[in-house]
Amino acid sequence: MGPLFPQGLIGEELNLLIGFLIGIGFGFLLESAGFTNTRKLAGVFYGYDFVVLKVFFSAAITAAIGLYFLDLTEVMDINLTYYPTTFWIPTLIGGLIMAFGFIMGGFCPGTSMCAAITGKIDAMVFVAGALIGVVFYAFTFDFMWADLRLMGNMGKVNVADLIGVTPGVFILMLTIFAAVAFYIVTIIQDKVTAKRDYQL
Amino acid sequence: MERSKQYMNPYLAGILIGLFMVAAYYFSGEGLGASGALKSTVVAAVDIVNHDYAKETPYFAARVQNEEVPPIKNWLVFEVLGVLVGALISAALAKRLKLEIGKAPHITNKKRLVFALLGGLLFGIGSQLGRGCTSGMVMSGMGVLSLSGFIGLVAIFGGGYVIAYFFRKLWI
Repeated sequence: MGPLFPQGLIGEELNLLIGFLIGIGFGFLLESAGFTNTRKLAGVFYGYDFVVLKVFFSAAITAAIGLYFLDLTEVMDINLTYYPTTFWIPTLIGGLIMAFGFIMGGFCPGTSMCAAITGKIDAMVFVAGALIGVVFYAFTFDFMWADLRLMGNMGKVNVADLIGVTPGVFILMLTIFAAVAFYIVTIIQDKVTAKRDYQL
Repeated sequence: MERSKQYMNPYLAGILIGLFMVAAYYFSGEGLGASGALKSTVVAAVDIVNHDYAKETPYFAARVQNEEVPPIKNWLVFEVLGVLVGALISAALAKRLKLEIGKAPHITNKKRLVFALLGGLLFGIGSQLGRGCTSGMVMSGMGVLSLSGFIGLVAIFGGGYVIAYFFRKLWI
């Protein structure tokens, strides 16, 4: 029964190798979907390209359905995985800082690394900026972030529990929401790109 | 529209990424991430430059106490090394390996690079405060229905839509 490594069912070396192989798949797919193209990424905010939204929601929902059934059929105990603790205040503030980072920089960390390794100079600069940002955070941690980071601790909160539905119902709601969103954004994208050539 | 045909169907790419995420949780108990590897890189670099300092400073201490395991020997670091290799393979196969600056046609290279640096800087800080970035915190968090993933989703993408108007000249 999974997860394998947290229960000591596979060794550390094999676990790291699996991480490397899964990373290859992830990176291959990010590049294949066009995530090294900063114009395509920014397009989600301006209506001319919604590939980010389509890939992102398809991935999250596929994972949610897959993990739900693995948990349901007792193939894997989801409680033994890395289940994030919710600290809503730093997550909200950090998320808003990242929103500025996304709009200004045109990448997020994962996509910038894919773009940098495949020759995009703007992405190399973004990665350098991100490293400087982490260094800045690390050296200002004690007096700027240490307290803020621990505010709003809610423990491990499952969003389905929070709104009082079963995980299955929540995933169904999320899937319907995504399907409607996919349909609407396709119409928006057609309208926006019909008016003007965005030269992606 | 000619060029976008070379890209994989976004739904197919998303479903396959979702399956890799399930595999990551099943084998390793981890989600897919990116910014965690940046943190490990910085911690490892500081540890190499001044190990005593790293051991005594709260931010670094937790990750450098075990003398046996260097901070770089970490699942997310290996995963991100894989991401780099995977992106390289895909770009090579699609003949997209090219040194260039990605930007909107009308803005200068200098402006693009300055904003890329600032954007990276903010993402570096935000991902540390928010305990992960778009991959590790939002996408992987949503996969396990964690509230933090949905707060991150609203903050990053919702926030992005709110401020997009003010930065429109960078992109359109």
